[in-house]
Amino acid sequence: MNMVRSHVLISIDAGTIMAGARAVEEALVKEIASQGLAEEIAVLETGSIGITGRGVVVVVYPEGIYYAGVTPNDVPELVEEHLLKGRPLKRLMLAEAPKRYVIKREKTGLLKEQPRVVLRNSGIINPESIDEYIAAQGYEAIAKALTSMTPEEVISEVKSSGLSGRGGASFPTGLKWEFARKAPDPEKYIICNADEGEPGTFKDRLILEGDPHKLIEGMLIAGYAVGAQKGFVYIRGEYTLSTERMEKAITEAKAYGLLGAHILDSDFSFDIFIMKGAGAYVCGEETALIESLEGRRGHPRNKPPYPVTEGLWGKPTIVNNVETLANIPEIIKNGATWFKAYGTEKCPGTKVYTILGHVATPGLIETEMGTTLRDIIYEYGGGIKEGKKFKGALVGGAAGAFLGPDMLDVQMDFVNLKEYAAVLGSGAILVMNEDASIVEMLKSVLHFFKHESCGHCVPCRLGTAQLVEIVDRLAAHEGKKEDLDKLLKISKVMRDTSFCPLGQSLYLPISSALKYFKDEILSHVKQAAS
Amino acid sequence: MKLEDLKKIREKAEKDIELRQKQARIRIVVGMGTSGIAAGAREVIRTFVDEIAKRNLSDVIVTQTGEKGLASQEPMIEVYEEGKPVVVYGNMDAEKTKRVVAEHIVNGNPVSEYVIEVR
Repeated sequence: MNMVRSHVLISIDAGTIMAGARAVEEALVKEIASQGLAEEIAVLETGSIGITGRGVVVVVYPEGIYYAGVTPNDVPELVEEHLLKGRPLKRLMLAEAPKRYVIKREKTGLLKEQPRVVLRNSGIINPESIDEYIAAQGYEAIAKALTSMTPEEVISEVKSSGLSGRGGASFPTGLKWEFARKAPDPEKYIICNADEGEPGTFKDRLILEGDPHKLIEGMLIAGYAVGAQKGFVYIRGEYTLSTERMEKAITEAKAYGLLGAHILDSDFSFDIFIMKGAGAYVCGEETALIESLEGRRGHPRNKPPYPVTEGLWGKPTIVNNVETLANIPEIIKNGATWFKAYGTEKCPGTKVYTILGHVATPGLIETEMGTTLRDIIYEYGGGIKEGKKFKGALVGGAAGAFLGPDMLDVQMDFVNLKEYAAVLGSGAILVMNEDASIVEMLKSVLHFFKHESCGHCVPCRLGTAQLVEIVDRLAAHEGKKEDLDKLLKISKVMRDTSFCPLGQSLYLPISSALKYFKDEILSHVKQAAS
Repeated sequence: MKLEDLKKIREKAEKDIELRQKQARIRIVVGMGTSGIAAGAREVIRTFVDEIAKRNLSDVIVTQTGEKGLASQEPMIEVYEEGKPVVVYGNMDAEKTKRVVAEHIVNGNPVSEYVIEVR
């Protein structure tokens, strides 16, 4: 890289060309060369500088001095005085340089300040550089854990932080780790569930792609705490970039000795492997994921035994969501008390949401636990697009709940959402305006479940088929009055008798849709001929 | 690796980043997550590199980062300049990039139509 000490910019646009900019440019290049400055001073063309009617405009950087009305005859003097001797040529200087940074500030909700714990580095550091992660205090938490904390102390710190699983079930993370630690088998595993499959969400992707080392560090800490030697990241098949960045991060961490034997000179050894999913929705369920990891079809297992005692290859296994693990390094580094300053008393920390649908600025945000749906939609999402009215939101993806306007001011956390708590997991918030059709939404949800049902158990296999039949009828305005009850009844039976969460979770979208939008669904019932 | 080594790497990395920022008058950061790439971030970053090489702007560097979350505004880029507010551009493409290089990077006049945030 040659070191250019000065840049001379010449504005080339219609006006300046008419005024002879090309001739000035030629003269500049020639004069600079003849003064022997060609190596250190670059002449560059630019578009309009924004000064019109003042002849040829030239700007010299780094000083940022503007000259106007420059002619080829001025060039030798300009070069000698300013570029050679460093004395700006006053007679041609523009008295008032154009004002800079006069920018209209458009308020985009998603750039509103957010408390970022999980996404602290996403979109800030270069995810393909371990050095940048380390410069951002990366791997300090595992260093702290290995040098000054026992595994039990790590677990008790995580327990007292109040962190609960961010995958949906909201199980206390520290407790899960403790169960696995206490399991007698010495061979244990850590699995990171990165099979993000809930329609409409991509929060985990942001962490995998934007800050992969944070996930490695979280898994290292989990491994140290429970006494595991190996970790697996089960990544959704479609997440090519996530896989690439994770692979690169693992290679880099290995090269630095942050993965492998005797990490940071301790007795702790840990390795991480990547496994790609093949697109089955049910593989996001932890036991189905484990089956798939073992090389079998992704069928959920009977619980208990839970993975913490009998998981991967029958060994005690921790399955944690990406977002959960990404919280860990921050908790260990800053302490449980620091973490508890975020969120509500019963649900500390932050939550990452994907906002989509009829909002002005769809995208991803991280905000404190307990933020209301209203704030998420209106403060961060920029409100409803085109000034329309809010009708409802499908929160939590396909297995989520339809929330009506009266839910706008409920604090979103695992406690206050009560029966809807599971929807927080995926964090997908699909906002609908007044024109959206609930029946169409429900139709798309039910078709999705029919497609994803594996057919293993009867309630789910037959139930999803029945539900689709009913909703198709309603969508065609051919519905029967008893269809509404049937929807509820079938999904209730499915909730109580299905083998795995796939069939069990349909009750939530159906019952919530019927609760908030019963009249609209009724209007799809075929009117008797009169 | 030992604990001291980690500290050394951190110090070195911090210095390198600081040095890079000092050498560079302007640092352009392009969001290269899936949303960004899908919306055309690769073309944007390529155009930046081309335009900067073409103009021989040796004091401008281009780096990448992940996604910030503002999917609807991708491709997003940020322009960092010592002592100035950070300018964030959204919905970029190759043509807009050329304009940003000419008007903002070279002339110091941010292209306000494309700016979504200044901080």
